[in-house]
Amino acid sequence: MSLYTDKVMDHFENPRNVGVIEDADGIGEVGNPLCGDIMKMYLKVEDDRIADVKFKTFGCGSAIATSSMATELIKGKTLDEALELTNKAVVEALDGLPARKIHCSVLAEDAIKAALVDYYNKSGKEMPESLVGFEPHED
Amino acid sequence: MRVYADNAATTYLSKTARDKLIECLDNYNGNPNSLHSDGQRTQEVLDEAREIVAGCINAKNPNEIYFTSGGSEADNQALLSAARGLAKKGKKHLITLNIEHHAILHTMAKLEKEGFEVTYIKPQPNGVADVKDIEDAIREDTALVSVMFANNEMGAVQPIPEIGAVCKEKGVLFHTDAVQAAAHLPIDVQAMNIDMLSMSGHKFHGPKGVGILYARNGIRLVNVIEGGAQERGKRAGTVNVPGIAAMAAALKEGCDNMDNNMAKVRALRDRLIEGLKDIPYSQLNGDPVKRLPGNVNWSFEGVEGESLLLHLDMYGIECSSGSACTSESLDPSHVLVGMGIPVEAAHGSLRFSLDIDNTEEQIDYIIEKVHDVVARYRSMSPYWEDLQTGKREHCIAEYME
Repeated sequence: MSLYTDKVMDHFENPRNVGVIEDADGIGEVGNPLCGDIMKMYLKVEDDRIADVKFKTFGCGSAIATSSMATELIKGKTLDEALELTNKAVVEALDGLPARKIHCSVLAEDAIKAALVDYYNKSGKEMPESLVGFEPHED
Repeated sequence: MRVYADNAATTYLSKTARDKLIECLDNYNGNPNSLHSDGQRTQEVLDEAREIVAGCINAKNPNEIYFTSGGSEADNQALLSAARGLAKKGKKHLITLNIEHHAILHTMAKLEKEGFEVTYIKPQPNGVADVKDIEDAIREDTALVSVMFANNEMGAVQPIPEIGAVCKEKGVLFHTDAVQAAAHLPIDVQAMNIDMLSMSGHKFHGPKGVGILYARNGIRLVNVIEGGAQERGKRAGTVNVPGIAAMAAALKEGCDNMDNNMAKVRALRDRLIEGLKDIPYSQLNGDPVKRLPGNVNWSFEGVEGESLLLHLDMYGIECSSGSACTSESLDPSHVLVGMGIPVEAAHGSLRFSLDIDNTEEQIDYIIEKVHDVVARYRSMSPYWEDLQTGKREHCIAEYME
């Protein structure tokens, strides 16, 4: 399969952290059915760290692989570190994506940011400046 | 198990076509335009191929057959010829379907930029155009009606004889893109009043890179490729005789065995349709009966087609999808959307296009694995979850009628 790298195919075939967290501290959902992809991220936060993260994704192979990789990259990290995750880092960790699939990685970054926004809103903790007024990208 | 179920994309080269190709490459590799013996022997092979093709579609005269580089070139040439030829008589209106192949739609768009007006007819929900809609769209200044014989994505077969009759009565040229139909459905250009028809070699087990344009005598073709006087001066370029001879052999084999082959393929298709019906919130797209013998196009709600396709590929099943993610444009299939299928359902579509080499065992394997992958991706789909909890509304009924 030359469209996707081996890493993308690995994360597509064996996605990490699939599922829901029933008592999640933050939930973020981005995308819509008309665009053909929706990502939903669940965060469990302990001591300002991402103690657990789960996702559910409706979308193509790269949407699933980028969700999976994004959860791997933030699991166990501090909230500040998670906030710094970029779509570019997700793409690099997957050894690249076809140009027309880059938007999947943007969706993954946005899903995590949306979940963090939800966490700050629910916990009452002060929202980091970079998340104030956060709006997911147009899919 | 490996199951090739993407025959609408391309078919494998048949043994008959391969043998012919190699025979020609070895023995008839001259230039048919050369006057020496080698050239003339090759010219005879080309003449024979033209006669074979004419016979397969009941063309009156072999000189009505023009060889091209494929279906797209034939489509381009047919449309450009009709439009530019008749524009001189003030006819600047064209009619087609909104579910045509891009070889038609993009050529129509090009003609629109040149000042032509195009009416795009939307088919009925079953993917079949209403002849009345086409008849009503015909005007005094209509130059051409171009309606595909059968749709490549969801298999709906169009009422070609009826459209041909209407066009003849109204004095309008009629072209049909028969790329998916050739060697799969009976074609009689005279009885069906077809003025121009396109075919492509690799869709019926011939080689790639060769196609056919039938143009009834009296129709003035405009060149798409300028140069030498090959193909009665209407298609320049040294003729690919081995490819053409192999294509003609494949077409003849397909047409000679059409009844038996297609009865078998139809039975496989219907077995697959029956086997998928118990998946809730999924549906067959396109008319179940007025349908290409090998086509099964199915939408599954709550999942996305590319992920299903990739996972089926891991199981050895090769098919295609109308999902946006499998296209370059990021738009879902213009065919499914164009016939009124909701965008969400178009994203979750798979196309299986079967052929004579598929077996019942393979069909049962496809049925098993489709159930498997749909369940897998629904279980991880937040969209499916929303459909289950009623947060979003279904666009497909729970079970088909």
